[in-house]
Amino acid sequence: MKLILDVWRQESRAAAGRFETYTVTDATAEMTLLELIDRLNDQLVAEGREPVAFESDCREGICGSCGMNVDGKPHGPQDNTPSCEQHVRSFRDGDRVVLEPFRSQAFPVIRDLIVDRSALDRVIQAGGHVTVDAGTAPDADVVPVPFETAELALDFAACIGCGACVAACPNGAAHLFAGAKLAHLSLLPQGRAERGTRAVAMIDQVEHEFGPCSTYGECAVVCPAGIPLTAIATINKERMRSVFRRKAN
Amino acid sequence: MIDLDALRTVGAPLDGQVPHVPAAQAWDDRRLHYNLVNPNNRRKFTVIVVGTGLAGSGAAAALGELGFNVECFTYHDAPRRAHSVAAQGGINAARARKVDNDSVDRFVKDTVKGGDFRGREADAYRLGVESVRVIDHMNAIGAPFAREYGGQLATRSFGGVQVSRTYYTRGQTGQQLQVAGANALLRQVAAGTVTLHTRQEMLDLIVADGRAQGIVVRDLITGEIRAVTAHAVVLATGGYGNIYHKSTLAKNSNATAAWRAHRRGALYANLSFIQFHPTALPLSSEWQSKTILMSESLRNDGRIWVPKQADDSRAPADIPEDERDYYLERRYPAFGNLTPRDVASRAARERIDAGHGVGPLKNSVYLDFADAIARLGRETVYTRYSNLFHMYSQATGDDPFETPMRIAPGAHFAMGGLWSDYDMMTSVPGLFVGGEVGWGYHGANRLGANSLLSACVDGWFTLPYSVPNYLAGLLGTPPLAADHEAVVEALDDVQTRVHRLLDNNGTQGPDRFHKRLGELLYKYAGVTRTPEGLTRGIEEIRALREEFWTDVRVMGTGDQLNQELERAGRIADYLEMAELLCLDGLDRDESCGAHFREDHQTPDGEALRDDDNWCFVSAWESPSTPDARFVRHDEPLRFEAVPLQTRNYK
Repeated sequence: MKLILDVWRQESRAAAGRFETYTVTDATAEMTLLELIDRLNDQLVAEGREPVAFESDCREGICGSCGMNVDGKPHGPQDNTPSCEQHVRSFRDGDRVVLEPFRSQAFPVIRDLIVDRSALDRVIQAGGHVTVDAGTAPDADVVPVPFETAELALDFAACIGCGACVAACPNGAAHLFAGAKLAHLSLLPQGRAERGTRAVAMIDQVEHEFGPCSTYGECAVVCPAGIPLTAIATINKERMRSVFRRKAN
Repeated sequence: MIDLDALRTVGAPLDGQVPHVPAAQAWDDRRLHYNLVNPNNRRKFTVIVVGTGLAGSGAAAALGELGFNVECFTYHDAPRRAHSVAAQGGINAARARKVDNDSVDRFVKDTVKGGDFRGREADAYRLGVESVRVIDHMNAIGAPFAREYGGQLATRSFGGVQVSRTYYTRGQTGQQLQVAGANALLRQVAAGTVTLHTRQEMLDLIVADGRAQGIVVRDLITGEIRAVTAHAVVLATGGYGNIYHKSTLAKNSNATAAWRAHRRGALYANLSFIQFHPTALPLSSEWQSKTILMSESLRNDGRIWVPKQADDSRAPADIPEDERDYYLERRYPAFGNLTPRDVASRAARERIDAGHGVGPLKNSVYLDFADAIARLGRETVYTRYSNLFHMYSQATGDDPFETPMRIAPGAHFAMGGLWSDYDMMTSVPGLFVGGEVGWGYHGANRLGANSLLSACVDGWFTLPYSVPNYLAGLLGTPPLAADHEAVVEALDDVQTRVHRLLDNNGTQGPDRFHKRLGELLYKYAGVTRTPEGLTRGIEEIRALREEFWTDVRVMGTGDQLNQELERAGRIADYLEMAELLCLDGLDRDESCGAHFREDHQTPDGEALRDDDNWCFVSAWESPSTPDARFVRHDEPLRFEAVPLQTRNYK
């Protein structure tokens, strides 16, 4: 099938960007969105033109490298699906598809469809970890973790760090991302000793780097890991808890 | 026909530096004899860690926790993205809590036997011993392991094993361990012990005075090429399975860091030992970018079959039970669907080649959950495999609850890697390896869930002991000066190479060469090999390499983000490596594990090992001039705790 692609081209962070239009005439339904761009790039290189820069790695929905806006929607037309698992079968022959980078002030464009998402890591760096040095951990079987608790923690821990939640949010908030990490760690016994300090550090950082949350809920619609929207409530819950408790844990 | 002796010669044997005590005591013995660095002196040492996967993040974080200065590099935008993240099924540990008769000794036996006696027994012991606290540690730093209803850690079984020692988190164990490790690394970044350099790719190793003393990196955004010097270098850069182009690996996984280290003198061991994963998705279209892995854990409940009748085009539901061939259960009744990966892949390949393959291209076999769904109920099956089933549906459009999965062998894990001694140090002093880039544990075939384990053990519980032992001898020695001739030379080499690629003015993008290289390797160095095929492979690789250097086209410039340039450099290295991969397979005149030579098999099609002549590791040196030959150095392997025996899964 034939697809007309309007692709955002931008040489560097400082350069001005623009859309360029390309046509792929031999797209097939089973291609992923990224394979479609692979096809396009092969064609561009053969014509002596620069291929479209875009990020991808595992191509099976777990590494969180890929991501772009497709017709304005982070990752693509299918809800809760990363770009690498979006398929051409979502489009019809002759469709015009707009591909542009994730749009958010916190994610400056580096080149074409690639953005800088390091702000997410700075949130984790601020406190999204557990202070246990190698070799000092207690026996993992000594503290039982109820089945449901472990499963619920994993629902939140499933975040792949792609940043689609930020790109989807009209405010550019990262509450789904930061809330998922806080929820994951607050559910488990490990790291509970620093639950309060962690919440303060991470929330300060997330508010410094990203916009405020107004509970639009757009984030949960696009999240490829299906992080529950309740993650955003964790931000306020953990903040309140630390304010009233005034303790490290 | 290429004459083997014209290609390679045999050099001096190697010593793996394994302690001269029974293998079970080797690690205790070695640790007792290691030199230490006083806590106040640790900050005087700088260690480079390349890679932030399970091994790299672990090594960097643990060395940082101890107080060393760590410079950590990754080509990703974030440490969490390293390909360990994609491992699905689980991580083995010989915690032996259950009464299914597991133990460290049994773990070692399974690992050594699973590797077909081509790995180091003492290394397997260390893996087993340290596996216990790996689970404790990864749990403590935030990995939410699956739990039983009583709250205890849950386990499941993996191929090649008859106990249940695999710890897991749904089908995303790698992700949970990787994120926990990356977060621990970021904790050290916040503490100031680790400096993290993202989007920086290592393009060369700096060796001066016979020691690894730094690396050359390219900033992937600005294109700046610079040298970084240190007291020691740890490579944790993963395996090279992506050389097959269509593999279960991530698109950016590559061997450049390891291959450049090899060209600076680090020997490469057993390159032909590549694992083909039996449960990868089959190829179905021209632009398919990879063969996505479906976790081995699925073989706990899925049954593998093909139609008894060749060229049977009926839908699976229309094929009655007595016309199905559950070939693994038939050939290997003791292990059934849970035979090790090499055995399962070979059996699948044999059925497909005999015309029993299924799917539109007849290139796959069925993995059927109908019995499990009937026995356990839909909900239990869903709980165990929800994300795998989801991933499969996403990729294929089929629902495994309704119709069997279709799977086929796909290039997956590299058992071969940079040769290292028992202390994880390569043949270049000061250059260490951790995780899949190394070679030691898995012999000629890796058991499922031993990969996450080896990466974690190396990173968290081996390198933090062995690297300081090396550093202790360097107290008072400053890092290499930035203007040292070895630094200048390495920088020049990288610049020259980058410009050669950019100025080549050919007509074909690098990906096209990668694709052809992959097809060629699947054909000649795939699930089964022949001397004729491997010889032909070497000839065709040489021709392809020549074509690459005359006709590759790299668009763009060197002073900007340029993914074509990144790819071209990696593929240029693959084109060198592929020749040695085939040579290693041609040279090793036996079948063992995943290296199955058709000219060495038993009458019923099992691998025929030759312990009298080949019970050693082949560690290779590449020629430094075009007319020179490859040199093979042999490290003899001793098996004391697990005596040599024929693998039997029947």
